[in-house]
Amino acid sequence: MTGLDFGVIQRALPFLLEGLALSFFLTAVAMLGGVILGLGLAVIRLSRWKALSILAAGYVNGFRAIPLVLVIFWFYFLVPLALGRSVSALQSVVIAFVLFEAAYYSEIFRAGLQSIRPGQWQAAYACGLGYFQTLRLVVLPQALRNMLPLMITQAVVLFQDTSLVYVISLRDFMTSASIVANRDNRLIETYLFAALVYFVICSIGAASASRLSARWRPA
Amino acid sequence: MTKAHIQASRTPAEIVEMPASARVVPISQGRKPMVEISKLYKSYGPIEVLKGCDLVVERGEVVVICGPSGSGKSTLIKCVNGLERFDRGALAVDGVAVGDRASDMTSLRARIGMVFQHFELYPHLTVLQNICLAQVHVLKRSKVEAQAKARALLARVGLPDKEGAYPAQLSGGQQQRVAIARALAMDPVAMLFDEPTSALDPEMIGEVLAVMLELARDGMTMIVVTHEMGFARKAADRVVFMDKGAIVETASTQQFFDEPRAERAKLFLSRILSQ
Repeated sequence: MTGLDFGVIQRALPFLLEGLALSFFLTAVAMLGGVILGLGLAVIRLSRWKALSILAAGYVNGFRAIPLVLVIFWFYFLVPLALGRSVSALQSVVIAFVLFEAAYYSEIFRAGLQSIRPGQWQAAYACGLGYFQTLRLVVLPQALRNMLPLMITQAVVLFQDTSLVYVISLRDFMTSASIVANRDNRLIETYLFAALVYFVICSIGAASASRLSARWRPA
Repeated sequence: MTKAHIQASRTPAEIVEMPASARVVPISQGRKPMVEISKLYKSYGPIEVLKGCDLVVERGEVVVICGPSGSGKSTLIKCVNGLERFDRGALAVDGVAVGDRASDMTSLRARIGMVFQHFELYPHLTVLQNICLAQVHVLKRSKVEAQAKARALLARVGLPDKEGAYPAQLSGGQQQRVAIARALAMDPVAMLFDEPTSALDPEMIGEVLAVMLELARDGMTMIVVTHEMGFARKAADRVVFMDKGAIVETASTQQFFDEPRAERAKLFLSRILSQ
């Protein structure tokens, strides 16, 4: 192997790390926002209010029917129109990711909440706990254990999906690698390194998900 | 006049001088019955599960509800604390109208204990935490106070050394006794038991029934859905027989076992007692 020069990675490392930081930042914010909004959507969807429930279902199914790259693109143009002022690409992409991930996390929460048998709700109600107390103290702690592996898997997918921000010229890890590869004409070295980074990070996520699901298999 | 009315007309001193009977039943002292159910109807779609049930349970009374499976027993007692809604009829517990939008069901439920067929302990909490949860979050007791209450009740149900265990580490009989302690921790005015021993292995039924029997002797108002006729004989004041969503027979315990009137009750008894 004569032509390969991995020194390019070392020289471009600060630049690549900047991109990686954006990828991590987007993953974290989208996950946090998506989980909170997703929980709300799931609770509304499972509630007795038919009209609200249908709206929530429409939201979830709508977002899940559209590719993320399209959502990112649209929000880049739509958010400034909706707010009546210009927003940065980063702001628009954060909103797009949170709203998009909320649809997926909502489905994970819905399955998690439904995995708790009705007797648990009844037992909590019978003791005088209210709906939100039961949700917070009895149902969610159990549901979260069932859901955590899926939530991590979703986060891994999300981390990979942050590469899509290239469509509005934001520089995540993948885009940074791409720039370096083309600028220094070291495509093989850079893309090998990029693949390795994704592989390591996502493998850690996947491994922790399967470890958790093994440990918390219901008794 | 009923025994209750005679008792109510006595002065406290006279009551004290009364000969101590084997079982002290503080039957409604001029107050409303604990549970009043009248003309209760409920359907699941086209299937009518309750067809005009009437039942009055006095304070301190122990009523056993029996009958074939699918006869509506569980639905009826779940209506009592509002876990099931009913379509028509009236139901009042401790003077509070159940099913009325104006009634505070949450605070009513906090005063009625319930024990389920499948225990329904919270699997993510220890025994002690199970018993303290509603005490702290509903009755607003301090953690120290709740834990002291929990420990006293665990001793009472014979599980003083299990406070740190998780439900999955306990046998079915132990779990059900913890569930009883959890309900008692709320200082309920009445207790509902929905087939409390049906999910238990035979060798564990006795330990749960013993706790329930002691509770009955202490004067707790109890409605118990069960097939345990031995328990009914020992603890019940009255036995209610249900079939196909209707209350077919209500009789004093002795009368029910010695001379049941309804044909279906006779058939049920002969089947269950011959087992």
